[in-house]
Amino acid sequence: MNPVATPFFFYLLSTLAILGGVMVIVRRNAVHSAIALIVTLLSVAGLYLMLYAPFVAGVQIIVYAGGIMVLFLFVIMLVNIDRSMKERAFNKQWWIAIAAAVALGALFVSVFVKSKGLFPERGLPLAEESNTQQIGLYLYGNYMFAFEIASLLLLVAIIGAVVMAKKRI
Amino acid sequence: MVPLSYYLMLSGILFACGILGFLLKRNIITIFMSIELMLNGVNLSFVAFAAHWHALSGQVFVFFVMVVAAAEAAVGLAIIIAVYRTRETLNVDQVNLLKL
Repeated sequence: MNPVATPFFFYLLSTLAILGGVMVIVRRNAVHSAIALIVTLLSVAGLYLMLYAPFVAGVQIIVYAGGIMVLFLFVIMLVNIDRSMKERAFNKQWWIAIAAAVALGALFVSVFVKSKGLFPERGLPLAEESNTQQIGLYLYGNYMFAFEIASLLLLVAIIGAVVMAKKRI
Repeated sequence: MVPLSYYLMLSGILFACGILGFLLKRNIITIFMSIELMLNGVNLSFVAFAAHWHALSGQVFVFFVMVVAAAEAAVGLAIIIAVYRTRETLNVDQVNLLKL
């Protein structure tokens, strides 16, 4: 059986991801930005699938594209975006932004030229069938304490969000 | 087989898009989306390294990043609603005082 993770899919998904990322910035309407961000999130989930991480890909689609982005769209509908669409959308920091972009591009090109032998090709891929099981073992074994702290953090976030968004407590 | 450096480049480009949006935009909701974009770029590099070094810890770390992102999004959007209720604006330049 031929592997599905061909370079063609990588280029397709990464083009979609970068296009979505650029559209998030350049669109004036916040709803369009949210849709573009969803495109980016879904293509990154596809890249996770190519990297032998099916469980992370599923969580990315369910939590990010399904949960967080719906929250974003709800807030966009709660506030009045007609007014903010008429205001100036960008800061006047073009020269700094262009300088930073050129420096970052130079860094990328130098890394791309020099890094040919930096990461040698490893043999077989990760086992995809037992991925979820392995992650579960890690979460409830090695990372038990971090898992508990994360649940506490989510509880605090729930209480904080309710207190913050309520009109009168 | 796509080399690891390509994934790292893509993650760097996504992170740079997030930084640009964070620095240049004035709408506070779009600034929040830029933060999510940055977190996604970092997550992609985590998963790419996990696949390269055959270490699942990278994929477990992505979960913790997602937990932090979800908590941050919930609290941040609540703050946005509270700010919008008192000031009726989403422009970050007009939200420069903590009290009215």
